Amino acid sequence: MHVPDGFIDAPVSAVTGVVAAGAIAVSLRGARRELDERTAPLAGLVAAFIFAVQMLNFPVAAGTSGHLLGGALAAILVGPFTGVLCVSVVLLMQGVLFADGGLTALGVNITDMAIVTTVVSYAVFRGLLAVLPRKRRSVTVASFVAALVSVPAAAVAFTLMYAVGGTTDVSIGKVASAMIGVHVLIGVGEAVITALTVGAVVAVRPDLVHGARGLRQRLRLRVNGELVDAPAPAAPVAARGSRRALWLTGLVTSLVLAGFVSFYASADPDGLEKVAHDQGIDEKAEKHASADSPLAEYGVRDVTNARLSGGLAGVIGVGVTVVAGSTVFWAVRRRRDTGVSPASTANPSA
Amino acid sequence: MGAGHAHRLYRHGHSPVHALPPHTKLAAAFAFVVVVVSTPREAMWAFALYAVLLAVVARLARVPAGFLLKRLLIEVPFVAFAVLMPFVAEGERVQVLGLSLSVNGLWGAWNVLAKGTLGVAASVLLAATTELRELLLGLQRLKLPPLLVQIASFMIRYGDVITDEMRRMRIARESRGFEARGVRHWGVLAKSAGALFIRSYERGERVHLAMVSRGYAGSMPVIDEVTASRAQWRHALALPCAALAVCLLGWIL
Repeated sequence: MHVPDGFIDAPVSAVTGVVAAGAIAVSLRGARRELDERTAPLAGLVAAFIFAVQMLNFPVAAGTSGHLLGGALAAILVGPFTGVLCVSVVLLMQGVLFADGGLTALGVNITDMAIVTTVVSYAVFRGLLAVLPRKRRSVTVASFVAALVSVPAAAVAFTLMYAVGGTTDVSIGKVASAMIGVHVLIGVGEAVITALTVGAVVAVRPDLVHGARGLRQRLRLRVNGELVDAPAPAAPVAARGSRRALWLTGLVTSLVLAGFVSFYASADPDGLEKVAHDQGIDEKAEKHASADSPLAEYGVRDVTNARLSGGLAGVIGVGVTVVAGSTVFWAVRRRRDTGVSPASTANPSA
Repeated sequence: MGAGHAHRLYRHGHSPVHALPPHTKLAAAFAFVVVVVSTPREAMWAFALYAVLLAVVARLARVPAGFLLKRLLIEVPFVAFAVLMPFVAEGERVQVLGLSLSVNGLWGAWNVLAKGTLGVAASVLLAATTELRELLLGLQRLKLPPLLVQIASFMIRYGDVITDEMRRMRIARESRGFEARGVRHWGVLAKSAGALFIRSYERGERVHLAMVSRGYAGSMPVIDEVTASRAQWRHALALPCAALAVCLLGWIL
């Protein structure tokens, strides 16, 4: 699913690049909280693991074989922030070193394969764990569903990006059905392997599985004949001051880029159709590539001006991404903060 | 990593391209790809000129054509996709050899093939003329966050170690008569992956302890600062500038 250069047009590549950079900046901060100063060696080794595991082919049937994408696995094993970082680093290195995925398409690839898979799978995983009974089996079941959902989610994200900035006008319906159909199948394989792998790790070192941290038994001490919860070791609390500024800058930049850049670009998807129109090569040049797609109802069908609708679609896209992303991050952070607070208040007195 | 561990993608040499500082090469490759991607697809001759430009660079770097072409094979899955495009795309159709093909699809296929191939060729040239460690230094020099560069460098350094570990596990499985034939064997593979994860994670903890005991406090010391003179920047940026001229011509003509 590595997108090469020239497959998605320049403005969408730029916007996804900004989204990817913002997400990586957020994950760098988050990963420090997940791993604190062990971030570099541990995330590096986990990235190497993801890289190796992507080479582990599993036979599907009739001589064909598939390989893991690893987004869900990374999110569940080491946490969403570190997961995003690891998969992004793998993609970056694949793009720069192995020419796997274009350099200008790095933003598209990272958004699609690192951010969407990891965030979606972790959200699903957490949601399921909240509902399911607190048992080991639930972790396996939740990781199965999380991985199963994450792969088609990446396919949907790719289809959306293609709808906004694809350079060929294959109908969106066809792209969507082909991508999602294939990736549901891949998702099944990914789900089984991810669940079994998580199960295997939980069986041996449950303390290593980030997603199973809630399962650990609290240390209880018998004080004067009755059981009391031992105070947990203080978790490092990350600096929070500039987070809001970071969020705002990222949001404004992406909105401006999405709005303005695609405002100019969408009337002539990377300028090609304009040239074609001027030279009389292409008769249907005034139609925007996604104007007659089923996705055009995605808020902007009534807007006749192609530029305006393109810009709006961009803004809406960024908005949806940001809202979805920040809801997840916020939810996760709140869970963690409530988990941490008794310890951090208890510690000074202890 | 010692000298014996040079990466197979890198081709040792002493050409003018090898001698350029890594961040200038990274910037040049990236700018070149951006220019290529923003060229109108109707200007077919422009893509031929780009290919000539890359061939000149390969010549200067003394990278043989065979090496370059072999590495281009990574693109094959997308070539297959591009071949499908004329059949599924919308719009008016033309008859070629009795097949009904979409005009837009043909243009789209050409677009992806030309731009994708040039992009892959540029990255291959970059990786062939720049050592891994240099590449990471270049990324750091280009203001990639230091933590990200550290993670990437650990991944590169230990990538081979982890891959070898995986290979040893595979040999161990095979020497016990295991052969993965179908869905029933996924469990074994998954258990291997789980074991591999535990080993990698524990190795990461050991590496961290070793680093701490040698005075690591969160950031790596920069021992060899790479700098580029004005002339070196000029040489490196000659490629994207030439490409930009071609691109502008493509828009005007």
